[in-house]
Amino acid sequence: MNFDYSEEQKLLQQEARKFLTDNSDCAAVRRILNHAEKSFDDTLWSSVAELGWLGAIIPECYGGLGLDATDLCAISEELGRAITPIPFSSTVYLFTQALLLAGSEEQCTSLLPKIAEGNLIGCLATSEGPGVRTIEARVERGQLNGLKLPVTDGDIADFAIVLASDTRGCSLYLADLRAGGVQASPLATLDPSRGAAELKFSNTPVERLGDAGNGHMLVQQIFDRAAIFIAFEQIGGSDAVLEMARDYALERYAFGRPIGSFQAIKHRIANMYVRNQIARSNCYYGAWALEAQSAELPKAAAAARVSANEAFRFSAKESIEVFGGIGTTWEADCHLFYRRAKQLALAVGPTAVWRERLATELERVTTPTV
Amino acid sequence: MDFNDTPTEATYRAKAHEFLASHAPSKKLPQQALASQLSQVELLKAAKTWQSLKADHGFACITWPKEFGGPGGSAMESVIFAQEEEQFDIPLGIFQVSLGICMPTVIKLGREDVKQRFVKPALRGEEIWCQLFSEPAAGSDLAGIRTRAVKDNDEWVINGQKVWTSNAHISDFGLLLARSDPTVRKHQGMTMFWVDMKTPGIEVRPIHQISGKSGFNEVFFTDVRIPDSQRISEVSGGWKAALSTLATERLAIGGAKGADYEELIDLALKTPSGDQSVMQDAVFRQKLADWYVNAEGVRLTRLRAMTALSRGETPGPESSIGKFIMAAQLQDLSDYAMDLQDQYGIINDDERSPLAAAFQKGWLKAPGSRIAGGTDEILLNVIAERVLGLPSEVRVDKDKPFNDLPLGR
Repeated sequence: MNFDYSEEQKLLQQEARKFLTDNSDCAAVRRILNHAEKSFDDTLWSSVAELGWLGAIIPECYGGLGLDATDLCAISEELGRAITPIPFSSTVYLFTQALLLAGSEEQCTSLLPKIAEGNLIGCLATSEGPGVRTIEARVERGQLNGLKLPVTDGDIADFAIVLASDTRGCSLYLADLRAGGVQASPLATLDPSRGAAELKFSNTPVERLGDAGNGHMLVQQIFDRAAIFIAFEQIGGSDAVLEMARDYALERYAFGRPIGSFQAIKHRIANMYVRNQIARSNCYYGAWALEAQSAELPKAAAAARVSANEAFRFSAKESIEVFGGIGTTWEADCHLFYRRAKQLALAVGPTAVWRERLATELERVTTPTV
Repeated sequence: MDFNDTPTEATYRAKAHEFLASHAPSKKLPQQALASQLSQVELLKAAKTWQSLKADHGFACITWPKEFGGPGGSAMESVIFAQEEEQFDIPLGIFQVSLGICMPTVIKLGREDVKQRFVKPALRGEEIWCQLFSEPAAGSDLAGIRTRAVKDNDEWVINGQKVWTSNAHISDFGLLLARSDPTVRKHQGMTMFWVDMKTPGIEVRPIHQISGKSGFNEVFFTDVRIPDSQRISEVSGGWKAALSTLATERLAIGGAKGADYEELIDLALKTPSGDQSVMQDAVFRQKLADWYVNAEGVRLTRLRAMTALSRGETPGPESSIGKFIMAAQLQDLSDYAMDLQDQYGIINDDERSPLAAAFQKGWLKAPGSRIAGGTDEILLNVIAERVLGLPSEVRVDKDKPFNDLPLGR
């Protein structure tokens, strides 16, 4: 029984924490948040590339470190703690995963080494508007036309993987965003420390990624994997915001005593802890399912996603309540977590969608008793 | 990450399983289990027989050292045996207070002759112990107990009332916390004793619970005389002794057992909703997902604690969340499961209600589960104070003599 990070993973995590504490504190997040023209921290991005994190799960033959999924989870947790303003999830959890799942040898050879070096930012473009809808972006004779929005990191990405309709239904396509025929317009978003864009494709040359007609299935497989890494970011963020609220409750006095001595406040914070632990345990199971390539991956991913969405949502909103009025100001750090919690909660689809997916998996494996 | 036993653990698991398979019947549906087939007297007899068999084969009180009759095993072995034992139809739980709570205190604090006399018979299930701590006016605030112990030469005279005493009606002995000095501050004036439950002046009355069952008792003490040699703690050292008992209690009290998401899915698949089953209902599916995530989260959190044990470490405080989550879930999930049955849900009948009325039973049991072994509020305080380092509530009774405290009702 080893249901925890290994000793090596704990070391990796400690190093990641130390690096991010020194190089990406809340002030660093604010520098991106406060400057409309900058949507990511490019210095941090280069450092993260040097540390090898961008190529963590890229096999060594493609220039990566070839680490296990759980190693990346340990790093993700720390990236989430620091609410880092970099396109890590788009590039590593979505774009890289898509290539590893469905990319041809040629596609992997040409793109993965660039990702590992920090010379390629990738994104995944699936959404076309509110709700679940028929995909209108269309590929004909190798050219893509249509509109995708929002595309997280679409404003800074070099390549996009796009879900588009074609003669076989829906497939994934790889688009070079620098090659012309693509207009990327930045969008105003809930969490300006993570940018997003509207991508307009006009006769853009694209090549297919994976089998034709497999688009929706592949997106789901990519989302299953990404959801687990994102869930680790969420428990990292959720722990960080809990600690922030705890520290404030110890220092802030009202009615002659620390507010953290009132049960109304203590229980609020203890409830954050309970949800964080439930999420953490579900996340560990997700990491195991990912690494073991278990048939339970869809179920484990959904459970990690649902619990982590809820944990971070709860602690981010309740921490503002602990801070009181000051927590609602731009200067307090609470809103950085409040914004990021919602940004991540919508990233690969909202809680309700994942609950439904979880129910489908539970139904699939259950036979009623007589 | 992996879920495999180490080779040593696997060997032990196989040994445990072999013993269980050759001596115990495998698990049946709840309504066919021993617990619902046998009378209370028969069940107690079966439990005692099973306990002595376990003791003979070195599977009773696995972590206890040999000098006290245990096999001197590891905490991990104890967990592995419990996991295996759960797969069989065995009357479990009767010795939980006796061996999980009382005996560790006797072993830690009892005089040598007391240990020699009591520990082994308790381990073999020949004698049962109960914990005489809680009182009508002292539940979460245990240090508020009022049962008096007055010294009379070489004896103590006990007067007062205990409550919520599990198994008092079948117990041979009890661990008693009483107030020996009400003129000092409340945490300072208590003393701990052991008592023979057949001592004149002790009266046990079962409590009739919401569920219809009587798992607890009231215990009345009227001029009960016990010799000073039955004192377990120092005079006025009772609180320190009680804290050590309570620390083991938190380990001994498990989750809130009852129907959960698996039974709920079973119910949903069998319950019609128009042309389909409730399983297809969107609202149902949303709720199911949240309950699954909680139950699975608690199960997996236990595996994290096991990992720590397996590495020879002490499990972290995260294990304390299990009862808190599952007791509340038992209440909410049972409540919703009865809603799914529509008007039929009011029927509480093993024959007619779905799943032998598992949800009706769970719903009636849940309020008690949220209180026993620490209320929701106490558990959140424990997390806030011991895990997160938040200050304890201001105590207005801390510096006054017990006699001067307001009584309320």
